[in-house]
Amino acid sequence: MVKVFIYPATSLILSDMVARFGHTPLSSATAIRERIQTAGLESPPLQITPEEPKKGLKWAAVEVPAGVRGRMSLYGPMIEACEAAIIINDADLAFGCMGCARTNELIKFLVHQKDIPRLELNYPKNDDEGVKFVAAIKRFLTELGEAK
Amino acid sequence: MTAYTPTHVGSVTKYVMVESFDITPADLALRGYEISKGVMIKETCFGLVISGKEEEVDRIVTELRKIDPDHIFVKDRGFPPGDARRCRANLGGARPGYNGLEFEMSIIPYVSHGLEALKNIDEKTVPPMENPLERPLLDIYKLKKLIDAQES
Repeated sequence: MVKVFIYPATSLILSDMVARFGHTPLSSATAIRERIQTAGLESPPLQITPEEPKKGLKWAAVEVPAGVRGRMSLYGPMIEACEAAIIINDADLAFGCMGCARTNELIKFLVHQKDIPRLELNYPKNDDEGVKFVAAIKRFLTELGEAK
Repeated sequence: MTAYTPTHVGSVTKYVMVESFDITPADLALRGYEISKGVMIKETCFGLVISGKEEEVDRIVTELRKIDPDHIFVKDRGFPPGDARRCRANLGGARPGYNGLEFEMSIIPYVSHGLEALKNIDEKTVPPMENPLERPLLDIYKLKKLIDAQES
C-alpha cells in the first residue's frame, strides 16, 4: 500500500480511485481531521491556529502571506510523506473559496521537485476521455503496487 | 481564546456519494443501517455520511460499494456529521466544500463509464491521455469557456 498525494487534495474522484485500487490517498480531509480532533485553543471553523503559519515557514518564506503558510502546514507534511502523486492540472475548483492559487503553485512545485512517480492528468470531458482517465490511473496505481 | 475540547476523537468520517440510475441514497442508507454496528449514518441528498471507528466504517463502505461499484464513490471528511462549524443547518447556504463536490459530480458519469468499460478491456491496451504539461496550446474546451464567459 503506497501513500499517494492527490491534487486537488479535496478531490472526491482521486480519493476514491486511489482507495479503490488499493492505496492510501493523502487528502486535506485527513489533515483537517487531525486538527479538529486535537485539544488546544478554540479556532473555528478549521482549527487552524496562529501556530500553523509558523509551521508553514518550513515550506514558504516569512514574507509569503500567512494564508499560504497556514495552508502549507496542512499540505507540506503530506507532500513529505507521500511516495507517489496524482495531479489534475485543470482543477479550477482548487481556486476561489476552495483554495489559494499561490499555495496550489507551491504544492505542484514541491511535488515536481520530489523524485517520486507522478501522474499528470486533466479532468475527462467525455466518455472516451473517461475511459482513458480511469485506465491511466489504474495503470499507474497497479504499477506502484507491483514496484512495492 | 478559549480552550478547545474535541469531540469524536479517534473516529473517522466518510462520504459515500451515489450517482446511479438504479440506487438512491435511501437504498444505501437502508443497507447501511442493516449492517452497521455502533456507527453514525446520516442520509443526505447525495448519499451518506458515515462516522465511527475506522475498521467499522471501512467494513460498511466495502459492503455498500458492492451494491453498485461503478457508481458509488467514497471520500474522507474531516468533520463529523452535523458539526456546527460546517453543517449548513447552522450556517445557512451551501458550505464551501460543496462547490468542489458539485463540480466533480458533473465529471463522475465519465468516470463511471470508464470503470464500466475497463471491466471488458485491459487498461494496458487503452491509449494514454494527453500529458497536460506537453500541451501549451489553447484547447477547444477552454476556448468555449472563454466565449461563454464573454457572452454572459
